[in-house]
Formats: sequence, C-alpha cells, structure tokens
Amino acid sequence: MSENIYITEERIDGADDGPLAGTTVAVKDNISTEGVRTTCGSRMLEEYVPPYDATVVKRLKDAGAIVVGKANMDEFGMGTTNETSYFGSVDNPAAPGHVPGGSSGGSAAAVAAGEADVALGTDTGGSIRCPAAFCGVVGIKPTYGLVSRYGLVAYGNSLEQIGPFANNVEDAAALLDVIAGSDERDATTRAEGDDATYAAAATGDVDGLTIGVPTELLEGADEGVVDTFWDAIADLEDRGAEYHEVSLPSVEHAVEAYYVIAMSEASSNLARFDGVRYGHSADAEGNWNETFAQTRKEGFGDEVKRRILLGTYALSAGYHDKYYKKAQDARAWVKQDFDEALSEADVLASPTMPVPPFELGESLDDPLQMYLADANTVPVNLADLPAISVPAGETDGLPVGLQLVGPAFGEERLIRAASALA
Amino acid sequence: MSDDAVNPEEVRHVAGLARVDLDDDEVDRFAGQFADILEYFETLDEVPEVDREAELTNVMRPDEERDSLDREAALENAPETEDGYFKGPNVS
Repeated sequence: MSENIYITEERIDGADDGPLAGTTVAVKDNISTEGVRTTCGSRMLEEYVPPYDATVVKRLKDAGAIVVGKANMDEFGMGTTNETSYFGSVDNPAAPGHVPGGSSGGSAAAVAAGEADVALGTDTGGSIRCPAAFCGVVGIKPTYGLVSRYGLVAYGNSLEQIGPFANNVEDAAALLDVIAGSDERDATTRAEGDDATYAAAATGDVDGLTIGVPTELLEGADEGVVDTFWDAIADLEDRGAEYHEVSLPSVEHAVEAYYVIAMSEASSNLARFDGVRYGHSADAEGNWNETFAQTRKEGFGDEVKRRILLGTYALSAGYHDKYYKKAQDARAWVKQDFDEALSEADVLASPTMPVPPFELGESLDDPLQMYLADANTVPVNLADLPAISVPAGETDGLPVGLQLVGPAFGEERLIRAASALA
Repeated sequence: MSDDAVNPEEVRHVAGLARVDLDDDEVDRFAGQFADILEYFETLDEVPEVDREAELTNVMRPDEERDSLDREAALENAPETEDGYFKGPNVS
C-alpha cells in the first residue's frame, strides 16, 4: 500500500454477529490490542505486544467488527501532520503529496482510501478532527468521559478521548454507539451518555438550529478555507438553520494553555518508559539514571523529546506558577466562554483547520508554527466538550473541514446537525 | 525567562531531570526552539485569575482483591527478568 497507512496489518476477528458485524475497522496504534503489537508510532514500543485489549477494542470485537490493522500516527500522538511517526509519514489519499493531518493520520487515511469502513483515532488537541478535515472524512471527538481510555497509551490524559472516523456521519455515529459508555476500568468515564443512541440521531434535520460562529476562529484563516466554510453555513441556512456571530475572547490563549498542559502531562505520562518493564532498552553501561537516559535518547524522536523537556521545564520549581497554573486558569476561562456561547446557540461552528493540508515535508522544521495550526481544535479539549468535523468542500482541490462544537454530552445534537452535510 | 534566551545549560539541566540524554547539536537546536516556544507561552501572563469550579466525586472502589494480569503476562514484554521479577539496571 503506497500511503503507508498501517504500522501493522493484522486481522482480528470479532464476534459472529452484532451491530458492526462484517464492518472493517482501522485502530490507531496507541490503542492496546491483545497479542498484536501496539507501537504508538515510536521506536520505544516497536516490539511491544499488549497482554490485554483496550475497552474500546473489546467492545468492537463484541459488536462483530473486524480489525484490519493498526494505523500509523504521529509518535505518541504528538504532531499535526503524521510526520513525527518513527514508521514514516502517510500520504493523503484525498490529496496525494500532502499530509493526512495528525496525529491520527493513518486512521483517517484508511477510511479515505477505502482500506477500512471506519476507524478509531484519539484526540488530545485535534488529533481526530484535523486528519478528518485534511482527508475529507468525518471524525468525532467525544465529550471527555464519554469513551473509556482503558488501554489507551496516555499522552495528555486530562485532554484526550478515543473517537470514530467514517465516510459519513451516520457510520461514525454507529461506531460511537458501540464504544461509548461508562467503564469501571476508567474512573474518568461518566454515565451521562450510557442511554444515548447516536446513529438514530443522524436525521439531517437542522430546521430551527441556531449556530454560533466564533469570530476569533476565522481570524487569520486561509481565505479559501473561510469561503468554503461560509458556503457550508449557507447550505445549513437553506435547510432552516440560522447563525449569529459570537465572541470567545479566551481562545486567544488556548494554544499556549493547551501546549503547557499537554506537555506537562506528557512529561509525567512518558516517565514510565524506562526500558525495564517493556519497550526499547539501550545496551548501556552505567547506573540506573544513565541507563534510562540512554534508553530514552534512543527510543524517542525529536518532537517527543521536545515535549517531555518543555513539560518538565513548565512543572519545575520556580516555573510551575508561571506556566502550569496560568494554563489552568486559561483552561477554566475557555470553559466559561464556551458555556456562555452555548447558552445562546445550539452548536458553534468554525473551520476545523485554519489551513488546507500542508505538503509533505513542508513544515517540520518550525515546531511553533505547527502548534499554531491547532488554534481551532485545542479549545474544545480544554473545555472537555464534544466536536465533530465534517467535509465542507474543497479549496484548490484540497479538502476543508467544518467543525461543530456542542455542550457536554451533546453528541446527538452534533450528529443531527452534521448529518445535514455528510 | 522572558528577557534572556534559553541557554544550553538549562536545556541540559531539564534533560537531566527528564532522564533524556541529548547530543550537543540537539542541545543547541532545542535551546533555540525553546526560546521561541517559551516566549509564546509568556502570553499566559495576560490571562486573568479564574475561579475554577471543580466537580469532584470519589471514584475509589473498596479495597478488595480482584483478578489482574498474571505474572507471566506482565513480564512478557520485559527485556530482562529474573526469578519472576523485572530486572533493572544497577541503582548506582
């Protein structure tokens, strides 16, 4: 396969029948599959074979789904282009020569290329929605606590959720029906979504829907992306929806707050990789600390090292209040802003990504520029809210995604609205 | 940090805390990139103090034994084991 979609191609059969019987699924390679290696796109876990299934994988199998492969991804989920993968970059099936987006690039590409009917990804700051937008498919980032993270290799655990990709909203919703719901193995799951029925909500009915458009999320966006976005809004208006502009002043600080929190959590979560219990182990001389440092030098790529170091820095004595505590203030502020905007609108809409897909190799050298591309997706993770990216059209032949954000556990509303478009 | 750029010694210090060995050229490259990124993070100074209403519930279960991975499965991925235990490098 030319796109390099899978890190491991291996079939895992599910139950004989169930709601997903016969459905093929690509699973992002940071989600544990018993007996099938789970690399997180990293040399550190190149040989790691989990002894147990993630809850979502167990639910897929019970529902009759067939896992067809472990999808390529940015190393440990850290990237916006899929280019930080130790196993090489992924070509975008919808826009050859361009990145598929990240970090769940392989998952989105699998669906776009028809290699799998649906896919699972994870979204810490946009890692489902960005590749959905870049590959022209549908992706859902669920409310924090809707889907179990048991068996997901942690990166930014207060921010991330597992979610579905599909070619249309109804299929993505059907996959969400299977994976959603509380789990005693993940204490951060909640019972609020246990009775929801997502696929049934994909009616396309937007009559009377009020859409808030945050002006801050249009500023600085690519002109062709903005034009495509407004065309999609006009389409929704034709079907009975109405929009008004809203302001979310806090989102001006969302990217820096997100990166401080995500890096801080990463520095803590990735401390477990010491080459003793699992993972790459350096053939090093010296004491405990020297051996660990050599193992981690060899096992981690640049972006992972960058985030671990910056996270360690942000949490270190003297800087904690300046960075981490202020980032938590910003997070609370973002939540308040979204709550307020959603008290006067059913959903909020923006372009998913402010830019069309980058060319392969275009933007690796400048990490800060890469982080800024996440401006429209990270606020949603800070606010713990659900969001969906649906194809809105194209600009110069490149896919553009529309993002809808709803209130906590408002996935049914998002699915109803988004299904008017795809 | 706002006025002085990140110097290589600081990068080395943090890398030591994080137990990540770095080559000299990595140290220099990271020093430059960290200066840009930390300067951008400085804008968090403009964020007001916000009341955070944490909605917390106790999720601890009773401390009762239940099944978990057996020892063999837990040791399956370990590069080195001895007598049913993980074997790590010398402490000093």
